[in-house]
Amino acid sequence: MKSFEFTRADDAAGAVTIAAKEKTAQQGANIRFIAGGTTLVDLMKLSVETPGQLIDINRLALDKIEPTRGGGLKIGATVRNADLANDATVKRDYSVLSQAILQGASAQLRNMATTAGNLLQRTRCVYFRDPAMPCNKREPGSGCPAITGHNRMLAVLGTSEQCIATNPSDMCVAMAALEATIHIQGPNGSRAIPIADFHLLPGATPHRETVLEPGDLITHVELPSPKVGSKQLYLKLRDRASYEFALASAAVVLEIANGSVTSARIALGGVGTKPWRSPEAESALVGQPANASNFRKAAEAAMRDAKPRSENGFKVELARRCLTHALETAAKS
Amino acid sequence: MAAIQESSTNSPIGKRTPRVDGPLKVTGKAKYTSDFHFPGLLYAVPVEATIANGRIIKLDTARAEKMPGVSAIFHRENIGKISRAVLGEGFEGITDERRPPFEDDVIRYYGQYVALAVASTFETAKAAADAVRVEYSKEKPNVDTHLKADDEPQTVATTFATLKRVQSERGDADEAFQKAPVKLDETYVTPAETQNPLELHSTTAIWDGTTLTLYESSQGVVNLQTVLAQMFGLPKENVRVITKFVGSGFGSKLFPWTHCPLAAAAARKLGKPVKLVVSRKMMFQTVGHRPRTQQRVRLGATDDGKLVSLQHDYVYTTSMLDIHHEDCGETTAFHYSVPNLHVEFGRAKRNIGATADMRGPGAVPGMYATEAAMNEMADLLKLDPVKFRVLNEPKIDESLGVPFSSRHLLECLELGTEKFGWSRRKPETGSMKRDGLTLGWGMASCAWIAARFPAEANVQLRDDGTVRVACATQDIGTGTYTILAQLAAEKTGVPLDKVEAVLGDTLLPAGPLSGGSMATGSVVPAVFSAADHAIAALMGIATKTPGSPFEKRKSDELTLRDGKVFLKEKDSAAGVPFADLLKRANVRLVTGNGKGEATFGDPKPKFSMHSYGCHFVEVTWQPEIARLRVSRVVTVIDAGRIINPLAGRNQIEGAVVMGLGMALFEQTAYDPQNGAPINASLADYIVTVNADAPQIDVHFLDYPDKELNEVGARGIGEIGLAGIAAAITAAVHHATGVRVRELPVRIEDLLA
Repeated sequence: MKSFEFTRADDAAGAVTIAAKEKTAQQGANIRFIAGGTTLVDLMKLSVETPGQLIDINRLALDKIEPTRGGGLKIGATVRNADLANDATVKRDYSVLSQAILQGASAQLRNMATTAGNLLQRTRCVYFRDPAMPCNKREPGSGCPAITGHNRMLAVLGTSEQCIATNPSDMCVAMAALEATIHIQGPNGSRAIPIADFHLLPGATPHRETVLEPGDLITHVELPSPKVGSKQLYLKLRDRASYEFALASAAVVLEIANGSVTSARIALGGVGTKPWRSPEAESALVGQPANASNFRKAAEAAMRDAKPRSENGFKVELARRCLTHALETAAKS
Repeated sequence: MAAIQESSTNSPIGKRTPRVDGPLKVTGKAKYTSDFHFPGLLYAVPVEATIANGRIIKLDTARAEKMPGVSAIFHRENIGKISRAVLGEGFEGITDERRPPFEDDVIRYYGQYVALAVASTFETAKAAADAVRVEYSKEKPNVDTHLKADDEPQTVATTFATLKRVQSERGDADEAFQKAPVKLDETYVTPAETQNPLELHSTTAIWDGTTLTLYESSQGVVNLQTVLAQMFGLPKENVRVITKFVGSGFGSKLFPWTHCPLAAAAARKLGKPVKLVVSRKMMFQTVGHRPRTQQRVRLGATDDGKLVSLQHDYVYTTSMLDIHHEDCGETTAFHYSVPNLHVEFGRAKRNIGATADMRGPGAVPGMYATEAAMNEMADLLKLDPVKFRVLNEPKIDESLGVPFSSRHLLECLELGTEKFGWSRRKPETGSMKRDGLTLGWGMASCAWIAARFPAEANVQLRDDGTVRVACATQDIGTGTYTILAQLAAEKTGVPLDKVEAVLGDTLLPAGPLSGGSMATGSVVPAVFSAADHAIAALMGIATKTPGSPFEKRKSDELTLRDGKVFLKEKDSAAGVPFADLLKRANVRLVTGNGKGEATFGDPKPKFSMHSYGCHFVEVTWQPEIARLRVSRVVTVIDAGRIINPLAGRNQIEGAVVMGLGMALFEQTAYDPQNGAPINASLADYIVTVNADAPQIDVHFLDYPDKELNEVGARGIGEIGLAGIAAAITAAVHHATGVRVRELPVRIEDLLA
């Protein structure tokens, strides 16, 4: 690991001012905020991230979960994943989020990992994580060996010819289905970004993963007021029973009245280059009877644009089954 | 039925015995190799090749050498002489990777060490290693997964011996196959697998100008001593190897790897202790792995299920220079009765790190293939797979023409059938359901060699009433400390808490490798005869010491029981603690040495000696989400006398869990472009986790095999992993209708 300077921020504005001096908030940034460290320290040990300065944001009092005036929920940036998943309000009103977090990582990691950190979780692509390998995300222009190499775990949706890295987060998939908003304090003030717009597709610039600019500090995430009576489910499919990233996952928030779907918010994990909200699946369902054949049609719609590679073609059908089963199970709940 | 019974006597043999070293481990006092520290200790980090085939053109160490805290950057030009080791007598001088590090400029596998950074801290050494710049001339590596035997003569050199590629033959297998009414001809593939013990390989080397002392995480200190003596041209007694605790090895720590002489060479050059801990990534590159195998099995049978022909032709990968033999055919020639048989192997060189033993080498991939074929043949014959095996049970070892020392496979099958409830199995695929899940039931049998390595031991009886037993073998987490203590306690009658077991140091009498499931069987005769000699010395003192209650008696009139010496004809009340006899004679201790000869490799054995067993497996299957899980395993093992049923059960349960990984998860993948083991981390190389562990029901038969040793104990470290993958793939087929013949069984195989 490269030597670095470590400072503790006492106020958010100060942290933002320091970080704003940096040229980028993306891959290779020299100044990084650190909270739980479960992604960043790991990548520093691998020399994938080599920041010269870490600003600890754990003392910024961003660790509260509070109701908002509008009836939603404000989740602080440094709320630990374990605390978020076990929060009574989250379990009652946003259970898909609790389910998603608890199916990720391990208890020890969830105790350390934070909300903002999870939003910025990096891909598990083995080529990205090994500096001896070419990788367009880590070193723009160096190439993507994954496209013809070991790509079983990699994405089939939102890919480009430069990058097919999967976004590995479970939490973000649930937040996409819950239409979370990400609140950012930056050098020019604060702004709020819907989660659907927060992560970027790789395109020709896979090293740019989010809309964050130098100095931008995620302060909290806001969930809209809960859909009372909605049926929520997170289903995660993987090789082994625990402690593994998703091959395919689905977060669904369904409202059903008189046997018909009145609203559907659907997001997929393990298959996209970003947490994958699927308006195609949603529009295939809304207004339709809540039955197995419509669920399957929605799943087919979700995967229509999938682009499989040499080893990950199975994900297309696996994701279809995952979403179909998630919808069926949620509808029955 | 001879299920294990708690011994009713005071004998510690066969008693469920907690590890004698357990308290040290749970309190953190057990010192593993990398826990040892010494004044002036330096840290070494290797620089690894980032190509898999080619040559070093230029090595630029200038930047690294200038970094503060760096002691040296070693490479081919400045490391000093490291010679090759050669195989000697008594299973010594063994290396799987025979080329010493830095011997030439050729790169033959990804991750091969090309330089070594040594510095005052680990972090500095790592930074210096990263700062070394290497230029290569690069060629396309061959990591092709399709295997075709290389063009080699019919007799080839391997690590242990020169072998005929046709390893067993009888009758005319091909003709019998052609004429057989029912035929099966299938090819089975097992992937490269990496051992991944929790404890990383590590070496701390200390050179004092004369003597090399090596702290090493090793499954064989005696062999390591010989190898290092050869590599550095030292008298054997000038090399000492110490291994007190091992965080498991699974075979990867049997023989020395290249990090070990590198640390020693650096210590020699710098005159300071040097520690080298291999990284998890290097664990996938430079310390061995189970080779990929491709095995064609042809079976011919009569309509009523009698085997008439068995052909097992297999190919496995080797590295470019090495000659590890993956003996997939080890059990093929004797396990079933068949008049016509042909077993033959070939090898395919690849740009990969040296292949090596991994728990159950040979028989584990081999029996996956042969047992999977037996299951498929049973299906073709519409016979129950248990019944098919019973029909083909041999009376003798038909390959050697000698009787089995102790074979109770039929009883294993009978007990397993009963405990699992196998009679309720419906043969149609997908026909069994429970709680909305589809069930699959499958089974397979297993076998594993029983043999002894040479072993020596020393036993002392001391005047404080304690006993010390010493042997330069290792405890790799399996309970060897406890076994040694139990054996010494058995002979002397001293309770376990008064027995000190000492191992893992080449200053002690030469002990066996912790491998081949042979350590326990090998130490029994050595410890027993050492104890006999110590007891004889005690009796001499008892009968010759003036004033002794046994003065003027003859030694053979006396006996040692429960730590007391008795006259054989008197009742127990007249016993005298041996400590009292020693004190009266002013003797601190009496000592005895014992020795057991090797049986491993005996070309003309009188008996065919193996352990046997069977696995019955239930999987659950949810086609709607392609989710397959193993829910239940019943395993029955016939491994002779079980000295410690607690540790024994632990071995079998661990093997079942590992077997689940072999069947469903584990696979080392090589990047097709650059040849790197590409999933070289515990996140990307999927092993079984706790949540995958099924309900496991282990039963031992308890038939002592006195042909192997006095206790009748065979080994149990590997047998549990043989056959389990075939039982799982049979259960997968039963549940899903999909026949997978290439491990691991993956979700994508079952999605159709």
